[in-house]
Amino acid sequence: MRVLILAKEGDQSASATPPTPEAMAEFQRFNQELVKAGVVIGDGRLYPSSQGKRVRFDGKKRTVIDGPFAETKELVGGYWLWQVRSMDEAVEWLKRAPFDGHTFEIRQVFETDGM
Amino acid sequence: MPERPGAWLMGTAKHRAIDLIRRRQTLERKHEEIARDIERAQEGLDLDTAIDMEVGDDLLGLIFMACHPVLSKEARVALTLRVLGGLTTEEIARGFLVPVSTIAQRIVRAKRTLAEAHVRFEVPGGTERVARLASVLEVIYLIFNEGYSATAGDDWARPALCEEALRLGRILAELATNEPEVHGLVALMEIHASRLRARVGPSGAPVLLLEQDRSQWDRLLIRRGLAALERAESLGDAMGPYALQAAIAACHARAATAAETDWPRIAALYDAVAQLAPSPVVELNRAVAVGMAFGPAAGLELVDALVPEPSLKEYHLLPAVRGDLLRKLGRSDEARAEFERAASLTQNARERELLHRRAVECAAEGLAG
Repeated sequence: MRVLILAKEGDQSASATPPTPEAMAEFQRFNQELVKAGVVIGDGRLYPSSQGKRVRFDGKKRTVIDGPFAETKELVGGYWLWQVRSMDEAVEWLKRAPFDGHTFEIRQVFETDGM
Repeated sequence: MPERPGAWLMGTAKHRAIDLIRRRQTLERKHEEIARDIERAQEGLDLDTAIDMEVGDDLLGLIFMACHPVLSKEARVALTLRVLGGLTTEEIARGFLVPVSTIAQRIVRAKRTLAEAHVRFEVPGGTERVARLASVLEVIYLIFNEGYSATAGDDWARPALCEEALRLGRILAELATNEPEVHGLVALMEIHASRLRARVGPSGAPVLLLEQDRSQWDRLLIRRGLAALERAESLGDAMGPYALQAAIAACHARAATAAETDWPRIAALYDAVAQLAPSPVVELNRAVAVGMAFGPAAGLELVDALVPEPSLKEYHLLPAVRGDLLRKLGRSDEARAEFERAASLTQNARERELLHRRAVECAAEGLAG
């Protein structure tokens, strides 16, 4: 099954302390391990929400809202798409990530075919 | 992704050294070691330790051991899924539609065979490596195809086999980064898997490649497949059979509509496959591509040459393809006879229905013309 990992780190621009080179290297090592284990099938980092747009649908009306967006804690800074055998496996992998602070959300991707 | 030829060579050297030491030990001791290696691998299957197990030469050695040519194909497949895929005996049995006891026995016998043959836990080098790697790739592709060609589509265990094969292939591609055929196989599986959603219609009937809704194809898997194919092409001088088949699959994946398919390239690629591994079935596929690329008459010429082939005597796709080409040439009566013959040969009820329909259509065309 596939799971989407949402990194709810808030806006990167808003983060007071950028990651240290050591922290980056540690993350790279972890990501490398995931790739080698055949877990990662896609990933990406997002620009700050100040560069984002929202489109709201209301009947026939479309309203475009410019970023930045207010709900800082819920903002997604990056994502991973993982291929795992179970939600438990995804949780076990994620618990090993060298993160501090923030919340990471795991959501299973709906698939009709089991792929 | 950093390439690690250095680490690969070091790993191989290390295993050779271990090997030398082991040769000095008694036979019984060797048996114990193999048994322990396998036991350890199986104990490592609970989630925590499986994740902790370092992905590296140890894992590669385990893959080579589970796929050792001393074992039967069935045994290799079962052992690989059990030890490397982490599937339970029950899950494997479900995937292959055989009793649990059969799989359990296969695994027990496989372990015994490995011990009796004194199979070493190692990453083979030199000329042995080529043959051993071929066996590994064959096992992974067999697992994939078992899931892919499943007719019982509503059983979760079958797509799980595709997932498992893909994952093993992806792991192998990170471990044996310099092997073009490993990337070729991964490319082939990624591109085929990208079509899984589009292969079955709403009523459960299979949908043929050229009739599939391409918006249903998984773009992510296509992209991964094309990247793996590029990797394979950048490594090898000549493409191997897996990379060639992946290149054919890629021609379909790159075409936005069936009409845009690059048939001349597919025909050329089948020509290359036929030269590497000649077989009547490959030749029939080549004939289809030639027919699409250069007109039905050119395709029919190749198919006609296959008619006397004994191994295709009962093969329903030969008359089906021949009927299709004849129909395009306006030879409706001959086409109808071929479709009827194809329908009488196929084992698949839905396919039989389709072929009968074609025959009826040909009869109508014959009357109109």
